[in-house]
Amino acid sequence: MTSSAMPPAAPAPNPASSLEVPPTGPVTAPLATPAATQAAPGTPMIAIDNVSKWYGDFQVLTNCTTATRKGEVVVVCGPSGSGKSTLIKCVNALEPFQKGQITVDGTQVANRKTNLPKLRSRVGMVFQHFELFPHLTITDNLSLAQRKVLGRGKDEAVAKGLALLERVGLKAHAHKFPGQLSGGQQQRVAIARALAMNPIVMLFDEPTSALDPEMVGEVLDVMVELAREGMTMMVVTHEMGFARKVANRVIFMDKGEIVEDAHKEDFFGSPRSERAQQFLSRILSH
Amino acid sequence: MNYNWNWGIFFDLSPEGTGTYADMLLSGLMWTIVTALCAWVIAFAIGSVVGVLRTLPSRAAQAVGNAYVELFRNVPLLVQMFLWFFVLPEVLPESWGTWLKQLPNAPFYTAVVCLGFFTASRVAEQVRAGIQALPRGQRMAGTALGLTTAQTYRYVLLPNAYRIILPPMTSEFLNNLKNTSVALTIGLLELTARARSMQEFSFQVFEAFTAATILYILINLVVVTVSGMLERRFAVPGR
Repeated sequence: MTSSAMPPAAPAPNPASSLEVPPTGPVTAPLATPAATQAAPGTPMIAIDNVSKWYGDFQVLTNCTTATRKGEVVVVCGPSGSGKSTLIKCVNALEPFQKGQITVDGTQVANRKTNLPKLRSRVGMVFQHFELFPHLTITDNLSLAQRKVLGRGKDEAVAKGLALLERVGLKAHAHKFPGQLSGGQQQRVAIARALAMNPIVMLFDEPTSALDPEMVGEVLDVMVELAREGMTMMVVTHEMGFARKVANRVIFMDKGEIVEDAHKEDFFGSPRSERAQQFLSRILSH
Repeated sequence: MNYNWNWGIFFDLSPEGTGTYADMLLSGLMWTIVTALCAWVIAFAIGSVVGVLRTLPSRAAQAVGNAYVELFRNVPLLVQMFLWFFVLPEVLPESWGTWLKQLPNAPFYTAVVCLGFFTASRVAEQVRAGIQALPRGQRMAGTALGLTTAQTYRYVLLPNAYRIILPPMTSEFLNNLKNTSVALTIGLLELTARARSMQEFSFQVFEAFTAATILYILINLVVVTVSGMLERRFAVPGR
């Protein structure tokens, strides 16, 4: 999979290159143009410090601590019910937590004084079920929050949306409604919608789990491109191919705990915990 | 049965001296429609607010919404009419009560307010059901983009919820229209009241109520047609 490290193959097109930026098309502006951040490269963009969360008596997160540095891609995996989706929803305060602290680009998420809408507008999020707004056209889906949250004018917001739509290869669908697109197309629009806000980090919550198998690739392509452009990303996924390809670190969660937090090579080479080994053998055996 | 059928009765002058019996019924129909429309404006506005309150995260907001719905849907409409019309002016400070009692068209205003508040409790339940029928992720998606709670409702949740509940809201509107007949008990001269006075003046009970029945059905068919047009107008492509 690390095609760039391999010697040039025969003149035939390298099959792996199909996963990369299509060679055709305009030589392009990057997908993402993040807003200015306080963090210098290498400093933590998302710091999760000792976070615990309960639903009533049931503890869903137990003392989770990890950090995502600027420009880093962190993949979060683990069996269902392990708390991985809950953890990344804590990052933009979609889920409250009762103990610990999360800091995004220097801003404390759980601080009462924090302007949450403003913080969230800088944290892009992509959901398992896309969650495009079904009553709005694709263009309106892309421009709504730009106009209402960032205060951009209509023309500017639409232009920005269309530019991103072109980058995810869907410009021809701008006038359609979400229900008229396939799942993979909807998810690419959802990524473009998040990017239209110039986020400083992107959170992905199982972005390919609800897709038909043949549509997984088109969504992962966009995510790979985004990662290579240096976007800071936290990705909950079972796509270990994606993790191998672009992740810097892999976090393995089980029963609400971060069991393993390792560099990709270490994680896929020899996971230290037995639970991670079992998990990997189960999802990689097919 | 010894009954004198007389379908020509509608063209006879009514003893009120304001025209024929047909004119009388049509004036009743007009009051029915005006009352229903005015009550619906109140019901839709209050019902939407109360329905939203019941879906907010705040416990206090939910409690206020619940209290409203349980109060106004658990007391019979007829009792509510009497409470607004006969009881309210007596329990208010005397000058206010007197003002209310002397209000011209008091039965009309009372009927509009009473029916509006009553129907609002039912509209609120529809709105709540519509919002709760939406995928949980829709609210999250709006929130995650930085929209405030109010903006998420305004631009994401309510436009979709109203589309979902359009068919049951049509039923509520029809109920609202038919419920105007209860206001005859406080003296509103709407269609049913007019049919009754026609019967009392002319003894042509079958003709009077046949006409009222047909008029109710016709006006309700118009409502159903308009609702069908709205449904097509606001249908979301691809769904």
